[in-house]
Amino acid sequence: MDLTYTEEEQDFRARLRAWLGKALPELPVKPSPDDWPGRRAYDLGWQRRLYDAGYAGLHWPVDAGGRGATPTQHLIFLEETERAGAPYVGANFVGLLHAGPTIAAEGSAEQRARWLPPVLRGDEVWCQGFSEPDAGSDLASLRTRAVRDGDDYVVTGSKIWTSHAEVADWCELLVRTDPAAPKHRGISWLAMPMDAPGVTVRPLRTLAGSTEFAEMFLDEVRVPVANRVGAENDGWRVTMVTLSFERGTAFVGEVVACRRTLGELARTAKANGRWDDPVLRRRLGRLYGEFGALWRLTQWNVSEAERSGGVPGIGGSVFKLAYSHARQELYDAAAEVLGAGSLSLDEEWTLDRLSSLSYTIAAGTSQIQQNIVAERILGLPKGR
Amino acid sequence: MHFQPTEEQRDLRAGVRELLARRYGREALRASVDTGVTVDRALWRELGEAGFFALRLPEAEGGVGLGLPEAVLVFEEAGRALLPGPLVATHLAAGVVPGAAAGTAVVTAFDLGDGLVAYLGEADAVLGAPGVPAGSPVRSADPLTPLHRVTSYADRSADGSADGSADGSADGSADGSADSSIGRSSYRSQGALLTAALQLGSALRTVELAVRYAGEREQFGQPIGAFQAVKHLCAQMLVRAEVARTAVYAAAVTQDPAEVAGAKLLADAAAVRNARDCLQVHGGMGFTWEADVHLHLKRAWVRAEQWRTAAEAEELLAEELLGSAV
Ligand SMILES: Cc1cc2nc3c(=O)[nH]c(=O)nc-3n(C[C@H](O)[C@H](O)[C@H](O)COP(=O)(O)OP(=O)(O)OC[C@H]3O[C@@H](n4cnc5c(N)ncnc54)[C@H](O)[C@@H]3O)c2cc1C
Repeated sequence: MDLTYTEEEQDFRARLRAWLGKALPELPVKPSPDDWPGRRAYDLGWQRRLYDAGYAGLHWPVDAGGRGATPTQHLIFLEETERAGAPYVGANFVGLLHAGPTIAAEGSAEQRARWLPPVLRGDEVWCQGFSEPDAGSDLASLRTRAVRDGDDYVVTGSKIWTSHAEVADWCELLVRTDPAAPKHRGISWLAMPMDAPGVTVRPLRTLAGSTEFAEMFLDEVRVPVANRVGAENDGWRVTMVTLSFERGTAFVGEVVACRRTLGELARTAKANGRWDDPVLRRRLGRLYGEFGALWRLTQWNVSEAERSGGVPGIGGSVFKLAYSHARQELYDAAAEVLGAGSLSLDEEWTLDRLSSLSYTIAAGTSQIQQNIVAERILGLPKGR
Repeated sequence: MHFQPTEEQRDLRAGVRELLARRYGREALRASVDTGVTVDRALWRELGEAGFFALRLPEAEGGVGLGLPEAVLVFEEAGRALLPGPLVATHLAAGVVPGAAAGTAVVTAFDLGDGLVAYLGEADAVLGAPGVPAGSPVRSADPLTPLHRVTSYADRSADGSADGSADGSADGSADGSADSSIGRSSYRSQGALLTAALQLGSALRTVELAVRYAGEREQFGQPIGAFQAVKHLCAQMLVRAEVARTAVYAAAVTQDPAEVAGAKLLADAAAVRNARDCLQVHGGMGFTWEADVHLHLKRAWVRAEQWRTAAEAEELLAEELLGSAV
């Protein structure tokens, strides 16, 4: 057991840190959360800088245009960029963290050549069209249909909670291609252009007042058969690949950010006198211990992934369960530090507190994660 | 960076697990509950011979010459087996109190508050104290942790033996301890970490017990483990244990006092709450004397009061947090 970084890893960190020191001051002003075109431009602009500096798709395989970095290097990248206050992956989230890796792993040579470079260069944004109004946790019960017509699928149905749909160019879309097959067997994974005729996006307002995600209506949308990744009706397996990436390293930067927030909370509490309350002080101390442990758990999982050839393991579910809860606790504590001031939406922590409520829901609810841990790690029987 | 146990570390852990399964399996555990003999001198010596206490003494001093990460793995196994006795204090006393390293002496410590001392009747020495004080027996919640109340040392034990011994005020063992590899000023932190490792072992063990029972016990025509309410209890137990595990291992590697405090805090919570959930999964059976679950819970309660309580750990972490924030 070792927590020291190799010389190579330290070099990598030093070079990255130096580059961030130069690149960040040149960034444009961050757009407001409601300015979608502005946010898209900002996020893509940052991706372009990463690309030009050779940091794009760090963890992607080299033959997919990535840098083939080890999980530890990727960890360092996420840690350093967050620590330096670099922009979050934002609109590039789906493309970089799961659609891209899925295409890299399962796509044909043409598909990789078509879709991967624009993600890395910051030219195209992807979104994820998995959930439907009647298929959330039970994702495999999705009903959006794709009927073959010559070289196209004709897609009809609707999707919901699609993050970044308003600014996406492409959608990783799950469709039912064989309604007669058992529900897990008749699904296919398509890349759908968001500007295709028949695609309607209607923003949904979140409890934080923002429009993070949207509803998507698909009315006889023609998607070329050539846009299918993986075999027809084999989409569920491809989806499992996608989800393992989604839960793999998606939260690394956030743990670093939470630790920084905790420090700011302590300072604020000291300044406004609430630090003298031993109950609050001890609560912050406990959270400091918990986030310290979550950072170590991240390093543990990454070391394990490195040992097993870079595949994010099922430990991601264990992490997500602990992290999503701790994050909510953190912002509840922030509200206590602020007192009645936490009722103001002008407080950044208040918005963060509201958004933390999504962490036990998005990317698989805590209940579903607990089922996964119980059945796949602990080997408990499936319910009837 | 490679934050995973090495092959040698895995082997060490497996070896200790095997030794304890052979020498302190379930029958031995229940026998000590029935007889009230909590420290078996023969077993103590065997542990000594196996290097349990001298693990971190330099080889030149007759020790095994390993480090805290190895000690933590070994203590995790002892926690899993619910091995009784002042394991942590005797381990810390190796090289300081004669006989501790070899397991011929049983050494306890003032690691509890409120003037309570564990295993006083069994002890040959008290870590950092000039002799073994007299005390009046107290009926202990944990059948495997006999307790005494010591009045003459109450003031010292209240703020922890380590602090007392760290400033040298309680140093009665003039035996070259000053150049011991285990610096006495860090007794408290090391004691907390090793106790956390015991808690971790117990927390992992109760996950296993719960999962096994949930797979065997049937109700409504299926194993209770197929019910989500039970599944979710088990999943949360694993999550707690895994978070505590990385905290304990990392603290053993860094030896950072705040990280140790965090590890103790999380391991205490994992052991106590896992034992409770394990009891719940066992239903009425869990409430019986016969099931081992209560032994895990009671010991977890004892350990949570040893070396560093939750309140102390939280205060230490808070102080560290504030320091890191400026
Ligand atoms: C901020 C945010 C962003 C999102 N972004 C996207 C996106 O970009 N693309 C996309 O496809 N989806 C997205 N989602 C959708 C997300 O994946 C789903 O919300 C989630 O999987 C839960 O599905 P649901 O909302 O239908 O809830 P439901 O499945 O209806 O669940 C409702 C409640 O029932 C519980 N429940 C359901 N089934 C079980 C069961 N078997 N056992 C125990 N409890 C159960 C759940 O835990 C939950 O508490 C996003 C969601 C959020 C909140």
